[in-house]
Amino acid sequence: MLLSLRRYTRDIPGKARDAPRFRSRFVTVKTEKLFSQCRFPLPSWDSRFLLRFASSHNFLIEAFKPACSISIKFSDGKTRKRVPIKRENGQTLLAPLFRNQENIAGKITIEPHQGKRIEHNGVKVELLGQIEMYLDRGNFYDFTSLVRELDVPGDIYERTTYPFEFSMVEMPYETYNGVNVRLRYVLKVTVSRNYGGSIIEYLNFLVHNYSPPPSINTSIKMEVGIEDCLHIEFEYNKSKYHLKDVIIGKIYYFLVKIKIKTMDIEIRRRESTVTGATNHVETETLAKFELMDGAPVRGESIPVRLFLSPYELTPTHRNINNKFSVKYYLNLVLVDEEGLRYFKQQQITIYRLPLQDT
Amino acid sequence: MLNGTEDEEKWLAEGIAGIQHKAFYMHRALDSNNLREALKYSAQMLSELRTSKLSPRKYYELYMRAFDELKRLELFFKDDSKHGVSVVDLYELVQHAGNILPRLYLLCTVGSIYIKSKEAPAKEVLKDLVEMCRGVQHPIRGLFLRSYLAQISRDKLPDIGSEYEGDADTVMDAVDFVLQNFTEMNKLWVRMQHQGPGRVREKREKERSELQDLVGKNLHVLSQIEGVDLEMYKETVLPRVLEQVFPDEYHLQTLETLLGACPQLQPTVDVKTVLSRLMDRLSNYAASSADVLPEFLQVEAFSKLSNAIGKVIEAQVDMPAVGAITLYVSLLTFTLRVHPDRLDHVDQVLGACVKKLSNIPKLEDSRAMKQVVALLSAPLEKYNDIVTALTLSNYPRVMDHLDIGTNKLMAMVIIQSIMKNNSCISTADKVEVLFELIKGLIKDTDGADVDELDEEDFKEEQNSVARLIHMLYNDEPEEMLRIICIVRKHTMVGGPKRLPFTVSSLVFSALRLLRQLQGQEGDIVGEEASMTPNKIFQLLTQIIESLSAVPSPELALRLYLQCAEAANGCDIEHVAYEFFTQAFVLYEEEIADSKAQVTAIHLMIGTLQRMNVFGVENRDTLTHKATGYSARLLKKADQCRAVYACSHLFWVNDQDGIKDGERVLLCLKRALRIANAAQQMANVARGSGGPVSLFVEILNKYIYFFEKGNKQITSSAIQGLIELINTEMQSDSTNPDSVADAFLASTLRYIQFQKQKGGVVGEKFESIKL
Repeated sequence: MLLSLRRYTRDIPGKARDAPRFRSRFVTVKTEKLFSQCRFPLPSWDSRFLLRFASSHNFLIEAFKPACSISIKFSDGKTRKRVPIKRENGQTLLAPLFRNQENIAGKITIEPHQGKRIEHNGVKVELLGQIEMYLDRGNFYDFTSLVRELDVPGDIYERTTYPFEFSMVEMPYETYNGVNVRLRYVLKVTVSRNYGGSIIEYLNFLVHNYSPPPSINTSIKMEVGIEDCLHIEFEYNKSKYHLKDVIIGKIYYFLVKIKIKTMDIEIRRRESTVTGATNHVETETLAKFELMDGAPVRGESIPVRLFLSPYELTPTHRNINNKFSVKYYLNLVLVDEEGLRYFKQQQITIYRLPLQDT
Repeated sequence: MLNGTEDEEKWLAEGIAGIQHKAFYMHRALDSNNLREALKYSAQMLSELRTSKLSPRKYYELYMRAFDELKRLELFFKDDSKHGVSVVDLYELVQHAGNILPRLYLLCTVGSIYIKSKEAPAKEVLKDLVEMCRGVQHPIRGLFLRSYLAQISRDKLPDIGSEYEGDADTVMDAVDFVLQNFTEMNKLWVRMQHQGPGRVREKREKERSELQDLVGKNLHVLSQIEGVDLEMYKETVLPRVLEQVFPDEYHLQTLETLLGACPQLQPTVDVKTVLSRLMDRLSNYAASSADVLPEFLQVEAFSKLSNAIGKVIEAQVDMPAVGAITLYVSLLTFTLRVHPDRLDHVDQVLGACVKKLSNIPKLEDSRAMKQVVALLSAPLEKYNDIVTALTLSNYPRVMDHLDIGTNKLMAMVIIQSIMKNNSCISTADKVEVLFELIKGLIKDTDGADVDELDEEDFKEEQNSVARLIHMLYNDEPEEMLRIICIVRKHTMVGGPKRLPFTVSSLVFSALRLLRQLQGQEGDIVGEEASMTPNKIFQLLTQIIESLSAVPSPELALRLYLQCAEAANGCDIEHVAYEFFTQAFVLYEEEIADSKAQVTAIHLMIGTLQRMNVFGVENRDTLTHKATGYSARLLKKADQCRAVYACSHLFWVNDQDGIKDGERVLLCLKRALRIANAAQQMANVARGSGGPVSLFVEILNKYIYFFEKGNKQITSSAIQGLIELINTEMQSDSTNPDSVADAFLASTLRYIQFQKQKGGVVGEKFESIKL
């Protein structure tokens, strides 16, 4: 049976379906969040002003400076692999990488400034796994939350170091940074105080989980076309690819009666999020790869070889904590000389092999 | 298209500027050893080659600019101390480019370094490159890309003695690569001619010829592969190259070399395809223009080809018959196209074929059979004239090798060809040959399974033969007679099933000759004793008599009557009488079916009526007989009709024709009596009236003779008859018969009409009271 290719009436460049318009809006939201929750509270306009103003007046700085500095160090911090993550401001920073059920251990050092005394109601460290939905007013859902009390209420006079350990931590989900949703892991150190506000320090870390190569990995092969007009068969060597894989395939032309101009293959990511009862789907085109230039004749066979490594892919995520899914599609697009587009989309699964974290 | 060239100049300038601009950044990246940037800008630079706006010539200029830049890039790639990436990684890296054309240019560039590095076998890399290049299907862009590939790879082929030599079959790989690239380029090149609207065809052809060199370069490369020895050239290279499009002149001029190689080829090589393709090509070339024909003569193409084929067939003993015959077909087509005037060539080919066939006991292979049919049909089609084919002495000998079915088929083809071209075969010798050719149709062949014959096919065949006989004609009665005799000789052996079809044609053919003779009689009276009508009539009698074996009395009767009429025309009373006698004898003895009898009677009456050659005595005898037969028919209605038809025997409207009114009346009265009897019989048998229409028919006869002035037919008799019919119609026992009613009504209307006419006729009819 001939499965029909879907056809757009015309490809209008302005109306891109991946909607980058939306993305830029969310970037601003995210920036704010990052500052408000990752580090210390984002300085307000006034305080920023004051900070600049006070630079020549040490006493003022003293007054507004946090009472202490907190640093978090993993015990295997020197040897542990670090992976660059992209921040919304375009900078990349290196974050330590963990796997599911690893021990997360380290030391937290609290150093009061200039011999100040810190009176506190206790010191604790939390390990949080959070899903953040941008469409749900930026709410967090903690799917993992572990606490270690480090100190009973009292005073800290000098540099104090607390060892901590979370052993065999369940971290079933991977860190993910999408259009409408983010999944992250963070260590949160809180020095609770009655007045002056609690002092909080965050440390992000990444989790990647590996899958073994799938035992069944069939090729994708299909005949598609438009009756009496276009009839092709495409074949991709696998249906499941790892992140650094190569898609090998071919497109065979049985019948071509239209003048084809180009043929592209696209990798599309479909991120669907569930907020309450509504389901939101966002599709991005991550890769657009030209396979063919010019009009083929009947009987031509066009090779496909697409390296996945240049693209920022993640593994396929299915129904993560009932909040979101991320799926990948290969979209074969034929464009004829009049600009009509014919396409056929096929889902592929992407998985992470060990040692593919760069 | 005035500003066409101007625009092109502009676009070219833009393209070159683009390349220079991007190349500038690329150079900067190269100088600072920044691989990432270098890849980015080189891809951007190569994107300028994606234009569709330029003609090949202009595109070539653009390509050359990019080519120079790629050379610099290659130098950079080569030196991995500069970019620190291994060539394997580089080979992957360049494939990340999103656009295919830059990607493939870069891939080819890196590929050449990859081969040089010897980290992978040259053949693998080359194979990959030539495969990946399939992605560019645009003719011009594809051609240039592939020519770039050919360019950069030419010194890196895994040729024998080359440093890239692989383990085994290494030259083969090199050849394979070059040939594949060549094939693909050729495909693209050929495709160009089908592109774009028809009006720019000329321009396109010009462009194509500009690109020709690009494609041809591959052959040059091919010739430089040292490892190609004669063996390989013959086995692999030649057949594949031959499949491609070459200017035909080349083939023609190199014919000798080419053909010299053929017989030495391995049996596994499909040399027959190669050769037959070559010949087809050459014959198409010959057909394309008359100007090229001298070239063929000059190189003695035919004799060379013919010799080559002979040698190939001799050398390859195992070649199946079909192969050999295919070759002969091609050769034949070739000679027909190139030397249409050289019948001896055609005959020579056929002779060679016979020789080949005679070594094979009997052809079983249906494909071979098809080829033989093609072989035999070719001259027919070419000359449109069987006469030419008949002069080929080997033609019938080839036909002998066909099986029965195919033989018939071929015979049909021959006949159809004659029909189609309306060609007239006019000499006895040719007729002799022709019938020798189609003897499959004319007589039963030994061993043919009669039961398997399809009735319809058989009829079709025999009808064709019958038609064919009419195509034999010569103005000279002498020759014509000979033709008839030959045909007779052949057809008489056809057996009872065929005779009915052929005999009538033959008879009419002879009758035509008779008329012909009559037309010329004045000139050659008595000169040619052999050619008297009497002789022909004798012949005719013999021909018709042969039908008795069938038996087909109805047909024979008709033919006798025809002959009688012809004899009448020749004014030979005793012959005419003889024919009539024969017809009557047949009627009495052979025709038993009542329907056939009725038809025969009417035929006889009709013919007899037209006869004017008979004296009173003979005529009386015959009319008497005919009337007698009429009255003895089985059905009353038939009797009645036959008898009133007999009335015409006594009334011929010619000037000196017989006009025996009394006997006419007698016949009509007799008919009336029979009609009456029929009526009564119907009454008795079915309780209802019989055929009133018989009476109306008789009434019409009355009116006819009344009008023609037969004094015996009176108006009162007609009146009486009308009354009688009216009574009959109104009687209860008669079934209403709308046909008869209408018939009567129109008859009466006719009388009315004649009355109104006035004049003599009107007066005459006035006496009939309705």
